[in-house]
Amino acid sequence: MSLAVSAPLAGSFLEPVFDSQRAFRAAMDALAHPGVVQPAGHGLPDTPLPAAAAALVLALCDYETPLFLGPSIETLPGTAAYLRFHSDAMLVTDPAMAAFAVIDLVRDGLDLAVFAQGTPEYPDRSTTVIALSPGLTDGPPLTFSGPGIAATATLQVAGLPAGFAQQWRANRAAFPLGVDIIFATSDAIIGLPRSARLSKDER
Amino acid sequence: MTTAYNFAYLDEQTKRMIRRAILKAIAIPGYQVPFASREMPMPYGWGTGGVQVTAAILGPNDVLKVIDQGADDTTNAVSIRAFFARTADIAVTTKTSEATIIQTRHRIPEEPLTANQVLVYQVPIPEPLRFLEPRETETRTMHALSEYGLMHVKLYEDIARHGHIATAYAYPVEVAGRYVMDPSPIPKFDNPKISGSAALQLFGAGREKRIYAVPPHTAVVSLDFEDHPFERNKFDHPCALCNATDSYLDEVVTDDRGGRMYVCSDTDYCEDRRAHGHRGAQLAEAPAGSALGQKPNIEAAE
Repeated sequence: MSLAVSAPLAGSFLEPVFDSQRAFRAAMDALAHPGVVQPAGHGLPDTPLPAAAAALVLALCDYETPLFLGPSIETLPGTAAYLRFHSDAMLVTDPAMAAFAVIDLVRDGLDLAVFAQGTPEYPDRSTTVIALSPGLTDGPPLTFSGPGIAATATLQVAGLPAGFAQQWRANRAAFPLGVDIIFATSDAIIGLPRSARLSKDER
Repeated sequence: MTTAYNFAYLDEQTKRMIRRAILKAIAIPGYQVPFASREMPMPYGWGTGGVQVTAAILGPNDVLKVIDQGADDTTNAVSIRAFFARTADIAVTTKTSEATIIQTRHRIPEEPLTANQVLVYQVPIPEPLRFLEPRETETRTMHALSEYGLMHVKLYEDIARHGHIATAYAYPVEVAGRYVMDPSPIPKFDNPKISGSAALQLFGAGREKRIYAVPPHTAVVSLDFEDHPFERNKFDHPCALCNATDSYLDEVVTDDRGGRMYVCSDTDYCEDRRAHGHRGAQLAEAPAGSALGQKPNIEAAE
């Protein structure tokens, strides 16, 4: 094995215990209040990914969670090595094997059906998708209802692929199976759990 | 703060594992997510599930309240509060409105909770079907198929035997139209408070290794029949200390000659009402310095 000098890895959390707790609480609030933007990405000044997405991986993934990276993330210089080193998660190439996935909405697109959906007995054995978005408040509006939402919630995530509404309807129709999504930018996240129902008139 | 522990006692890998289970539980309301429950420095039955959930979500800025049967000053509540005050060095309170996390054994506070609060329940038996079907493989299939007829048979047998649904606590509920869930042994008086609450509700069962959740604003329906609708417990008396007529009351035996009084089980609610000038019929007779008449002194206890 050659001792090739690789580029230095970017840094992990400044305060691992408290920063990962903050990242988790943001994720918890995001899924408990779908559609509400939660500030995130604290304690990660130096990361190859948008900080809020990197914080989720570092806070939630470890050797127990197979991690799938979208093609654009996998080839982003230093990123796979960074996530691998700091989270200890095993990288998998089959999204159906992944507990977590990081994809870029714009570069990788999004196909919810390729991820682990869980089983009727264990619907929790499904993939949580961390989706990088160019913006959480400037996309076309989509209206949701369901647990965690008082009346309706309007998501304005930018970069969603065409046909996302149909994909999400199929995802919801399979409830309790399905995929949960956390959309992330550099400083905020927004949650869309599988329980969220798209309002009827959205196309 | 003792530095012999990680923040909030649990190691970081354990917290990640519990946190992942909590996220799944929120996404699938009412579904019991298996988790690798750890041994805690307290016996099963003392809230090890709730303690692990609290430890996993707790941050340095949280304010923790712990209640046991509604009271802040009972053994279980005092020791869990002391546990977190020592291992996480966080602020504790007895006031419902000041808390960001409320860990509870068998009650929901009378004061409505807000969106900034999380209610953590200690759960002994998370499986509502367990006493009807002992095999985990079977109950898991029943949940997968939404096969809940057996639960209705149980409630029907109550009616056949007693003339009404005699289940008074751990009364089964249906969450968001899908999973039937055991709300933990809260009195059925509290069931309506689960539904549509602004606060996130997390349930932890340590011995049984399950975590489940009710997100905010989620419809939670107590199972019943059209001709035998769900009814809350009703009380014939107001609280003897604060005169409340809308709270859950404990019966307290006061002597060996049949004397008794009915007082709010939620001690904070009762104290707050008395502080605002509400006076119950037996307030003057309450033994001075007893838990009934006096606010618990957190500093001294811990």
